[in-house]
Amino acid sequence: VVLVGEPEGDRIRYRAMTSCLMPVAAAAGCHVITVEGLNGRGIGPLQGPFIDEGASQCGYCTPGFMVSFAGHLLNCESWAVEPAFNSLAGNICRCTGYASIRRATATVLETLSRRVELDEPRFAALVREGMLPAALREASELTLELELGRATDGGLDDGPVAGGTDLYVQRPDDFSHVDVALFSPPRAAIRTDGGEIVLCGSATAEDMKRSTVLAEELGDMARPMDLMGSLPIRERATIAGNIVNASPIGDMTIMLMALGAELDLVGDGDRRTVALRRFYHGYKTMDFGAGEHVESIRFRRRPGLMFNFEKVSKRTYLDIASVNSAAALLVEDGIVIEAGLSAGGVAPVPLPLTETEALIVGRTPDAATAWAAAACAAGETTPIDDVRGSAEYKRLLLRQLILAHFQVLFGLDAELLAVPA
Amino acid sequence: VSSPEIIAHVRGTSRFIDDLPEPEGLLHAAAVTSPVPHARLRAVGVTAALLADGVQDVLTAADIPGNNQIGGIIADEALLAADAVHFIGQPVALVVAETQHQARAAAREVRLDLEELPAIFDAREAATRGEIIGAERTIESGDVDAAWAECDVIVEGSAETAGQEHLYLETQAALALPEEGGRIKVFSSTQAPTAVQRTVAGVLGLPMNLVEVEVTRLGGAFGGKEDQATPWAVMAALAAHVLGRPVKLVLSRHDDMRLTGKRHPYTSEFKLGLTAEGTIVAYEVHLWQNAGAAADLSPAILERSLFHATGSYLVPNARIHAVSCRTNLVPFTAFRGFGAPQAMFVMEAAIDRAAEVTGIPRTEIQARNLLGEGDPFPYGMRVERSQARRSFDEVAELAGLEALRSEIARHNDGSPLVKRGVSAMPVCFGISFTNTTLNQAGALVHVFTDGSVAVSTGAIEMGQGVNAKIIAVAAATLGVEKDRIRVESTTTRTIANTSPTAASSGADLNGRATELACTAISNRLTAVAAEVLDIAPDRLALVDGVVTDGGSPTPLGWSELVRTAYTRRVNLSAHAHYATPRIWYDKESEQGEPFAYHVFGTAILEVTVDCLRGTYTVDRVRIAHDGGRSLNDAVDRGQLEGGLVQGLGWMTMEELVFSDGRNLSDTLSTYKIPDLPSTPEIEGHFLEDADNPKAVMHSKAIGEPPFMYGIGVYFALLDALRAFRPDRDGVYDAPLTPEKALMFLHGDR
Repeated sequence: VVLVGEPEGDRIRYRAMTSCLMPVAAAAGCHVITVEGLNGRGIGPLQGPFIDEGASQCGYCTPGFMVSFAGHLLNCESWAVEPAFNSLAGNICRCTGYASIRRATATVLETLSRRVELDEPRFAALVREGMLPAALREASELTLELELGRATDGGLDDGPVAGGTDLYVQRPDDFSHVDVALFSPPRAAIRTDGGEIVLCGSATAEDMKRSTVLAEELGDMARPMDLMGSLPIRERATIAGNIVNASPIGDMTIMLMALGAELDLVGDGDRRTVALRRFYHGYKTMDFGAGEHVESIRFRRRPGLMFNFEKVSKRTYLDIASVNSAAALLVEDGIVIEAGLSAGGVAPVPLPLTETEALIVGRTPDAATAWAAAACAAGETTPIDDVRGSAEYKRLLLRQLILAHFQVLFGLDAELLAVPA
Repeated sequence: VSSPEIIAHVRGTSRFIDDLPEPEGLLHAAAVTSPVPHARLRAVGVTAALLADGVQDVLTAADIPGNNQIGGIIADEALLAADAVHFIGQPVALVVAETQHQARAAAREVRLDLEELPAIFDAREAATRGEIIGAERTIESGDVDAAWAECDVIVEGSAETAGQEHLYLETQAALALPEEGGRIKVFSSTQAPTAVQRTVAGVLGLPMNLVEVEVTRLGGAFGGKEDQATPWAVMAALAAHVLGRPVKLVLSRHDDMRLTGKRHPYTSEFKLGLTAEGTIVAYEVHLWQNAGAAADLSPAILERSLFHATGSYLVPNARIHAVSCRTNLVPFTAFRGFGAPQAMFVMEAAIDRAAEVTGIPRTEIQARNLLGEGDPFPYGMRVERSQARRSFDEVAELAGLEALRSEIARHNDGSPLVKRGVSAMPVCFGISFTNTTLNQAGALVHVFTDGSVAVSTGAIEMGQGVNAKIIAVAAATLGVEKDRIRVESTTTRTIANTSPTAASSGADLNGRATELACTAISNRLTAVAAEVLDIAPDRLALVDGVVTDGGSPTPLGWSELVRTAYTRRVNLSAHAHYATPRIWYDKESEQGEPFAYHVFGTAILEVTVDCLRGTYTVDRVRIAHDGGRSLNDAVDRGQLEGGLVQGLGWMTMEELVFSDGRNLSDTLSTYKIPDLPSTPEIEGHFLEDADNPKAVMHSKAIGEPPFMYGIGVYFALLDALRAFRPDRDGVYDAPLTPEKALMFLHGDR
C-alpha cells in the first residue's frame, strides 16, 4: 500500500492505494508516500504503540498497516477506532490475529484525540505531534509548487485501464509489463441532472460510498459499499470497470441494475445508450464494441425509492459474493408500484429478476409477498457449482436474500420469515 | 519491546530474501509443473523455452549431478519428476532466465509429454487400495472391548476436517550463490536450514561442508516452511551450481498457493462410551490422514495425531488407529498443531454427539473429564503439573459461564432469526518433537571487548519472537542489559546439525542451549571478578551489567569486567549443546514419555448467527492459558491471539476446495483468511504461578497450543444453529462455512 497524494486546488488529497494493482502512470504528478517516508529519526508516536503492543510479528504485512493508518490519520473525520479499522481492513495479517494492531491503533488515536483538533490543518498537526516527519510535509508542499500535471488520456483504443484492480489481479503476467493508457480522473463524479442521477464512468467505488447525492436518494451507502473490496481497492476500482468486467457478481453492477441504470457508451465519436439490464448477453459477453467505453451511468430519481443491497460471502468484507442482490422498490398507499430487483452469482450474467419484479408489483409488501418473491427469484436463476458455493446453496441463499430485502425495507416480523409460510 | 525485529518492521526496513541487494549476474528461476494429477512422463520438450527471451537454461531431472531426492523422512519424492508425476503442481523442469518475468514466461513454453493415469484423491479409497505411507498405527490403553459393556451411553459418528493453506505472507523464496571451490551459499526462507543444507548437498552430490544455508528471518511460516521450503532452495542451488551464476527463485502468490503443501485433511470414525453422568469410559477412533502424493512430514504428523486423540480428557480405555494415505494431491505438510488439531476436533465432535444424546450440556461433559494430576495418557505418560482443571475453572469464572449460558438461552427464546451460541475448548498439548532425536539444539555466544554480545542459535525467527526470548535468556543468564545483545542470523556454518524451528520448541531448545553457553561465560567472568575484587566467587553475581556482592552493587561493571577478562586471556566465547533429558518413545509397544511437558488452557467462545442469511460473527473469545513464566509478555500474548485466530479461520471461512486434484481455492480471491473486521474481541488471561521446571527459566512453549482454541468456534456455531433447528443433529464437517450454516438452517425446507 502506498499513499498517492493528488493535488486538488491548494491542497493534496492522499488516498491509500495498492501499488501492485496500479499502473505507475496513475501516480504521475502525485506525491507518493511509502512506509519509509513515514520514518523520522528513531521511533515516533506513530510507531511506538505498534512496537509496545507487539503489533507486528513476522513484519511482512506491517508496512501496509503503517501506510494505511497514516492515510487514515491524514483524512479521518473523527478519532474513533471503528473508522480506523475500516481504513486498515484491506491489509491481511496472518500472525497477530489483529488484536495487538487494534490496541496500537486505539492508543495512537487516543493520543491524537487529546492533542489535535479535528478542524486544524491535519498534515501540519501530525508533523507537530511527531506522527509524520517534517520532511514529508516539505515534499508534499513541493509537489504542489511543481504543478507536474497528471497523466493524460493516452488514446483510448490503445488498451485503456480504468482502476485495474481486477485486471492486475487476474492477469498480472499479461499486464504488469505492458504500457497502458489511462482514463482521466472523474470530474463531478456523481451528480444530479434534473430528474436523473449521473455517475461518471471513472468514478470510483469510494466515490459511491461517499456521495451525498446517492445518500440522499438511496440512504446510507457506507454499509453496502463497505462490503465491496477495501479502502485501497475502492479508491481505484471504477464503476465502469465493474460494469464492463462483466463479472456475474459485480457489486456495483448489481446495485445499478436494480436502480434501472442506463449506460452512455462512447466510441469513435458515436454515442449511444443501452439499458444495463440488457447489456449482458452471456458469460463475459456484452453489448460493447471495440473502442467503446462507458462514459457515464444514469438512473431516474424517484422520491421515496427504497433501496437495499444484500451480499453474502465466505468472509463478510474483502470477499467476492457467493450471491448478492439489490432491491429498489417504490411503494404507494401500501402497494408496491415499481420494483427493481437484481441478483449476482446465480446466472452467467448479472441478472435482473424480471419475473419476481412482476410478481411484486401491485402487492402489499408483507410476509406472504416476501415468501412468494423469494420462491420466484430462486426459480428464475441458473446458478452453478463453483468455489463460491454449490448451485443448491446459491439458490437457497438468493431466496433468503430476497426475504432479507423485505425484512430490511419493511421491518417484517422476524417470526414470519424464520419458517416457510 | 516485544522483539528486536519489530522496530525494523514498523519502519519498513527489515529485509526478506526478495529485499536483499541483488548480486551481479543474478538469474531467476521458475518451475515448470505438472498440469495433471497422475501421469507417466514420456518427455520434456524444452526447445521453445530455450529459444525464449533471456533464457539461459532449462534444467530437468537429467541435469541433477547427485541424487534426485528431497524426501526427508521417507525417500519418496523427486526434486524434478523423472518418469512420472503424482500431483498437479509437481515440479518437472526449471527455467533459468535473466529476469523473473522471462523465466515465468518461458516456463509456459516447456512442453510436457504426459500419459495420464488413474488418480486417487480420497484418503479412505487410498487406504482400501493399500496406498498407505508407513504402516497403520494403533495406540491402546485399558481394555476397550470390555469397557463398552460398562457404558450407559455409546455414541458413534464420523468427523471431517479440511486442509488449510498457510498463507504465510512471504512466499517461498531462495537465493543461491556459487562461491569459490565449488562451495554454494543459499539464503532460504526455511524453518529447517540443516534440512536444506543436507538436501542441497545430496542433490548436488557435494559434502555438507560445501553448502551453507543462511536465514535472517521468515515472513511467516506456520509449518509451511519446515519441509516445503526445501525444494525451492534446492532448485535455486541446482541452477546456481550448474550455471555458475547467482540464482533467485521466488514463488508468486498464486504459484505458492498452487504448488505447496497445506494442512492435512482428515476423515474419521469415532465411538465414545460414557456413564449416565457423563464420565468417559471408552473411546475408539479411526483417523485417515490424506497425505497427498509424498510422505513429506506426514508420518510425524500422524504420530502427533495419535498422541492428541483424547484431547484434554482422561480416557481410561482408548484405542486410537491412524493411517497415512497416499493420494494424488499436493503433499500435505506441517501446519501449526501438526496433526493434533485434526485429532482433537474428532474428540470434541464425539463429546458433542454425547451431549446431544444424553442432554448433558457439552461443557459439563468436558469439565467432568478433564485430565488431573497423575492421570495417564493412552501412550503411557502421566500428567504432571496439570493445569486443565484450573484453566477451565478460571475461564468459566471469567466468562461467567453459567450466567452466560442462561442469558444466551433467554436471548434465543426471544429472537427468531438471530441466535447466539457458546462453547468451551480445553487444550492439552505435548511439548517436544515426537521424534526424540530432534530434541537438541546448539548456541554460540560471543562477548566482544566492548561488552556487546552476539548470540547464534539454530532457531529461526519467523515472527514468533524467538529472538526476543533468546535475548531474554541471554540477558538474564549473563546479567546484562538486553540492549547489549544481538541475535545473529541463523546459518549452518555457525550452528551445525540443527533441528527445524518447529513443534513450538524453538525457544525451549535454543533458549536452553543459550542458557548453557551464557552460564559458561558468566562463570568465567565471575572468576575474573572474584580475582579483581578479591571476593569469593560464590558471593558474586552479575545483575543488569553490574557485579554484585551478596546483592549489593560493586564498582565493577560489565564493560570493565569484559575488558579485564580479555586482557587476562579468558575465553569470551562459548558454544553449548542441549538435549532434552528423559524423553523416550518405543514405537513397538506404542508407549513412552515423548514429551518434556504439556501445555494446558481453555477458551470460551461466543458467536452470533444470522439465521436469515446463514452468516455469523465470532463475538468474543476468553482464554485462560498456561504460559509458565513468560520470557516476553507481548510475544506470548501475540502467539495466543494469533494462534487462536488461525484456528478460527480453519474452522470457519478458510475453505480449501479440490476438484479432481486441482486446487480451486489457490488465489487470495478464492481462499479467505480472517481479516480485521472478522476477528473477535479476545480476552487472554495467563495463569499465575504456573512455573515449569521443564523449560528454560520456567517458561512454556506457546507457538501451537492456542491454535486449537479455535476448534471451539465450530461447536459454538453448532450451538447457535441448533437453537434455530433443534430438530437437527450436529454435523461434524469443518470448516463450517456460511454455506454449510445456511444448508443446516434451511437446506431441507
